[in-house]
Formats: sequence, C-alpha cells, structure tokens
Amino acid sequence: MPCPTSGSLKGGSVNGGDLTGLVDVDRGMVSREIFVSETIYGQELERVFARAWLFLGHESQIPRPGDYVVSSMGEESVIVCRDAAGRIRVFLNSCRHRGMKVCRYDEGNTVEFMCPYHGWSYGTDGALVGVPFAKDAYGAQLDRSRWGLVEVAQMKNYKGTIWATWDRAAPPLLEYLGGYTLYLDLLLDAWDGREGGTEVLEGTQKWLIPCNWKFPAENFSGDRYHGVSHRSVDMVGIGPSGKGRRDMGERNQARWLDVSFPDLGHSMIAFLRPHDAPLAPAYQDAPVVADYFRHCEEERRRRRGAEWRLFGGPGTVFPNTSPLARQPRTIAAWHPRGPHQTEAWRWYLVDADAPAEVKDFLRQYYIRYSGPSGLTEQDDMENWNYAHAASRGTIARQYPYNYQMGLRRSTHAFEDHGLTLPGVISDVTEANASEHNQRGFYTRWRQLMEAGSWGEIATS
Amino acid sequence: MSAEPSLLARLLLKQEVEDFLYREADLLDERRYEEWLDLFTEDAHYWMPLRRNVPRDKPEREFTRQGTDANWFDEGKDTLRRRVRQILTGIHWAEEPPSRICHIISNIQLVPEAPPRPSPSEVGVRSRFIVYRNRVETETDFLVGKREDLLRREDGDWRIARRKIVLDQSVLLAKNLTMFF
Repeated sequence: MPCPTSGSLKGGSVNGGDLTGLVDVDRGMVSREIFVSETIYGQELERVFARAWLFLGHESQIPRPGDYVVSSMGEESVIVCRDAAGRIRVFLNSCRHRGMKVCRYDEGNTVEFMCPYHGWSYGTDGALVGVPFAKDAYGAQLDRSRWGLVEVAQMKNYKGTIWATWDRAAPPLLEYLGGYTLYLDLLLDAWDGREGGTEVLEGTQKWLIPCNWKFPAENFSGDRYHGVSHRSVDMVGIGPSGKGRRDMGERNQARWLDVSFPDLGHSMIAFLRPHDAPLAPAYQDAPVVADYFRHCEEERRRRRGAEWRLFGGPGTVFPNTSPLARQPRTIAAWHPRGPHQTEAWRWYLVDADAPAEVKDFLRQYYIRYSGPSGLTEQDDMENWNYAHAASRGTIARQYPYNYQMGLRRSTHAFEDHGLTLPGVISDVTEANASEHNQRGFYTRWRQLMEAGSWGEIATS
Repeated sequence: MSAEPSLLARLLLKQEVEDFLYREADLLDERRYEEWLDLFTEDAHYWMPLRRNVPRDKPEREFTRQGTDANWFDEGKDTLRRRVRQILTGIHWAEEPPSRICHIISNIQLVPEAPPRPSPSEVGVRSRFIVYRNRVETETDFLVGKREDLLRREDGDWRIARRKIVLDQSVLLAKNLTMFF
C-alpha cells in the first residue's frame, strides 16, 4: 500500500484561498504546512482569530464596577472590565493616539485607564475622557467621541464565562456554539445539575509552549489515543482516590463517545453512563469530598432527567478554547504567539457553593495534574514541543499527518435508551479512540480559512 | 579579642545551613532524587505561587495564596514523592532523556538575624537560586528567584519543613516545571 505522502496533498496553496490540498479530512490527512508556515499563520490571525468567538475569562474575576483583567485575543492584548454601570466591556489594550498599552497590570480596579506615553485617558466604558492640553493643542480639531478605546464587535457572558469577537458579522455566541452548549454546560453547570453556579479559583496559570497553537487545541478536542504519553503518571498515581490519573469508576461503566460538530468545529470527549447505572464510588480518600459528590450526583439525577447520564472530558470550542468538563475541571485558552509558539492560559473551576474542604481537595488535584507543574500535562508539552520542531524541515513538511483513525464510523443521530444526543458522534467504546473530533476541528478550520467573510460561510 | 559565644554559635549554624543547602543542590544535580526526598520532613510543605502584575500599592495581590488559589506548586511530601517516582519510571517523557540541571544557590541568610538560643530546633533560611536546565539539544531555561525555607532538626539532621519558592517570572517562560527548586 503506498504511503500517503505530500504528493497526494500538493496542489493546495500556502498562499491561501484554496486549502483543498492541505486539509483533506475525507482521506484523513492534514499537511504539516498549516502548523509551521508563517504565511498560513498570518492568515489564521485574520481569518480565524479576528473572526471567531474567543474565551477571555470569568465574571467572578471582575465582580465590582471598575474591576478589570487583561486577556488576549489572537496575539493582541485586551482589557476585560466592568464599567461604572456594571456592564462587562472588552477593549483593545492600545491607546488610540500612539498605540501604547493603556494597561500593563494583569488585574485591578480603576476609574480610568491612563496611557503612560502622552496621557490620553479612557473611562471604564472606553470613552476618551482625558487629553493633556486638549484645548490649546487640539482646539476644536479633536472629536473625542471618535477616539475611544477600540471595543469588540460582540461580547457575551455565558454562564459566567466571557466571550468576544471582533467580527460584527459573526453569528451570536449561542448560534456559534449551537448544540455544543449541552456539552459545555457539563463544565459550567453545578455538579448537582443546577444551571451555572461555577466560579474560577484565583490565579490564572500562564506559560509558553514551543509549538503551534493547534497542537493543544486538537489534542484537547478528542485525543484519547495518547495513553503512552501519560503512562508514567498512571504508574505513580495522582488520582483523587490515590491511583491512576483520575477516578475511572464512572468511565469504566460508560459508553465512550467522541462528539463533534464539524460544521462548527467544536468537540468533546464525552461519556454516557448506562441508564440503570449505580453510583460509582469516587474520591474515597476524602470522605467529605465523596459525600459531596454523592449528594450532587443524586440531585443531578433528580434535576436533569435522562441527561444525568452524560458527563464530559476534554474538548475544544473552536478555535482555541479547551474546556475540561470532568476533574480536573478547567478551561484553557491557547493563544497564538507566532507559528512556533503558544501562550497557554489555564483557569480552574469549582462549584461556587461547594464546601471549602471540597474546593481545596479539588484545587490540589487540579494543580498536580494540569499545567507546567502538573504530572500529566508536562508530558503533553514535551510531545507538542518536539512534534512541532520535527515537522518544520523541508523534507518533514512534505509528509502530512495521519488522521485516519475511525474514518466513516460516526453517526448523526446517536440514541441510547431514549436519549438522543446532538452532534456527530463516534461511539468508541470498543475501538478505544478515533480521530473523529480532530477531523471536525480541521473541517471548520478549512471552512473559515477559505471563506472571505462570515457571509460566505452562512450562504455556503 | 575573643568573639562572643553567641556570634560564634551563629556562624557555626550558618555554616551548617549552607553546607546543608549545597549538599541538597548536589543531590538534585546528580539526580539522586530519592536521597533528596529524605531531606524533607514528612509534614513538609512545598509552595510556589503564581505572580501577577499589579499596581505598586497592591502588593498583597502580586502573589497567589497558598491553600486557596491556583499556584505552580502547593503540595506536601506525598506529591513530591510521586514526582520523583514519575521521573524514575524512565518513561516520563518531559525528563527523558534526562535534563542537565544546575542549581546555583546563593545569598544564604538566617532568619531571624540572631538565633534565639544555641542549637535551635528550627531555623528560617532565605536564599536565591538560579536553576539552569538544558535538555536534548539546544533547549535551555534559566529560572531565577528566591526561596524561604524553614529547616527543622530531626534526629540530629536538618530537614526542610517548609519551602516557599518565588520565581521571578509572571508568564512562565519554560514549557514545564519538571525540575525541583
């Protein structure tokens, strides 16, 4: 059998427009060019990051008027603040006069953002409120109403998570998320089934990874295949009950579903417990925690109807936001920093009204699992680092990556004991893994990269 | 002129502490991680907060808090032991092949300045570190910062009961923190 080489993938243009030859989802091949090419990276900033809805932070980070945190959209710094009227606003962190960052703190509370270069200052509603020597130097020439901070086109607070897009023509967030909200809610709703009710721990972990931003994004989208990456942590055991990477009781009794929305690009590794599943024991090292989750589980079954059976794992909201719905319960943003570097940001979620002992137990598990100090993710970063590095060469980039696992094994109408789930689903309970979700991610990636505008996507 | 006995005791104590910290650095750099673990008390606490850029008049917001916030490390000896065991599996890819690590420890100071009595059972120590890591071919990290230790004498030997590590970075410039501080 001939080896799939670049020969079959050539014809795609690195200069954009037609990416047919670079991303061939039907045959399960993606060119390495889209990870390492400077040209394609520049296009991504314009066609993906300047258009898509991006996750910025959590409302619990800015509870009072004047509170702000600095976040990132693509390569650019933005200020997420609560204005004097209590509304959440998102502005480009750049003075309109000469471009200086108007805020170089990560967080704080203020009545205005003053540019340290020439002193233009802006209210928390973005309005230009202060201009040194305004009268003498500008006279009537400066129309302040036209020189406020640049504000995002759309902002949405979804169950405490703050999202924004620069594109006025982008569909509203709920339409952009579509049926995926059922899965995102597995992260954002309280464990006992109440809507919302989550908060983030203080402290956002931020670190640099020497790889293209799509490595973590696609890994979280649905890579169940990389067990060998984490075998060492499975051996030493960091799970809530002291073994493995995590408590596997509920996973072991569940159907394993790879859920993708290829037309939207979102996906999640999900699990569906049998309709008659007993409560799975978990957190047995900590009786208070075990009691809390047992109680939540009972409440969840009562509140959620048949949907109580569903629980989530890692996923990705296209393009660069990765929820992890089940412990460690986190949300990450993979900020592009050039084709060869990603700045990862990680927030940790807990039920806002969980007992302090439960929050602390989970917090300790989260940070020994996740991020650069986490025993699990350290090995992910090593693999993304050297996978990227070894894909940059003249020869290497002629050979596409293989995404053929589980091709054509998905269904549009997954149903189990009367419960129908949204999305295109590949049941991998027997197969263990598929690359169904990654193919969905690149389907959407190609769609956005090829389209000249949101209008073209809507009408295609 | 003879030195005051208390000054002499203090110098000896400082020398003892310095020897201890240098020996610790040797164990780490020689990859003798299990022996390094033995330098910690069973109830040891190992903490590295995150750092934020905050206004000068809000210094209390610069560091995340132990016990409630996200941190780089906020753990006891059990987790440290698992970290060591993970490295020793030989399949912890982030440290396989092994990194070349060098700990430069300096600015060692006893806290408080004068020990309250001879042969104290606990002593606070501040130090600075440069942790250099080079791995595979050209990958290199310099991690620079400060430590605050509480050393406790157990069975005649010093042990680390508490270590606070302050890394002088906000966005971590290394892809991971597989090294010990």
